[in-house]
Amino acid sequence: MKSAVIVFPASNCDRDAATALKQLTGQTPHMVWHRDSELPQVDLVVLPGGFSYGDYLRCGAMASQSAIMRAIKAHADRGGAVLGICNGFQVLTEAHLLPGALMRNANLQFVCRPVALEVNETQSAFTRKYEHGQRVVFPVAHGDGNYFADDETLNRLEGEGRVALRYAPGQNPNGSARDIAGILNQKRNVLGLMPHPERVVDPLLGGTDGIKLFQGLLETLS
Amino acid sequence: MKARVFVTLKNGVLDPQGKAIANALHGLGFAGVGDVRQGKVIDIELAERDEARARATLKEMCEKLLANTVIEKYEIELQA
Repeated sequence: MKSAVIVFPASNCDRDAATALKQLTGQTPHMVWHRDSELPQVDLVVLPGGFSYGDYLRCGAMASQSAIMRAIKAHADRGGAVLGICNGFQVLTEAHLLPGALMRNANLQFVCRPVALEVNETQSAFTRKYEHGQRVVFPVAHGDGNYFADDETLNRLEGEGRVALRYAPGQNPNGSARDIAGILNQKRNVLGLMPHPERVVDPLLGGTDGIKLFQGLLETLS
Repeated sequence: MKARVFVTLKNGVLDPQGKAIANALHGLGFAGVGDVRQGKVIDIELAERDEARARATLKEMCEKLLANTVIEKYEIELQA
């Protein structure tokens, strides 16, 4: 499985993502600068966490206009896998690759701690190695992770089985609508999530619950 | 031509910052403060002199970048 990690100015989880990919897929990912207009031949594109463009205007708004986004949209249209983590999720919503928006956390506080999640949907390359309803713990680290969409969109996401991950009952750290932590696009090849699976892939990092996400991708995309 | 764009949250979208501002105003003793909503003001200088064309361009700017129309609405004000 070949992968690329997009690097925006002020991305800060790009190396975490690259380390996880190298460790779990055996191949070093391409690091692609946001100003590039072409992607290398890859199966997976990762939009990493961070504070691209200093969160100017809105989180992810500037990055969504980067030159590389056109190539990423074409990759997704062809059925290529795209994983947006944290700021990457914000970029995907701003780029309209995923519906809804990520707003300021309801309690206005930056939240940085491990959070219990439930895998709500296993029909995707990202989540196929997990059991339906399986509880996992991923860290979150964000100030703007409050998922918002209108009721019609939320109903459609739930009806189409596109809510991949929810915060476990009582664990919602940011006020997200219907406890949504991560969603899929209609074709199920694009996943955006606020928690960080790439930070829990080694016991030394405090957990291994993220490993199965990368294993699922590796099995599907190799 | 100068333009001023107001970007605010749509009605019905919760505004925790507005709520925090309201609480702070209450704390300062300002009586009679009800709901508070906050937003952004963006001032833009344009080379365009035709008002209709300027308005059309600004609308496109709002739709493409300045506002996220999932959660925000915008108003455009032109100054001669």
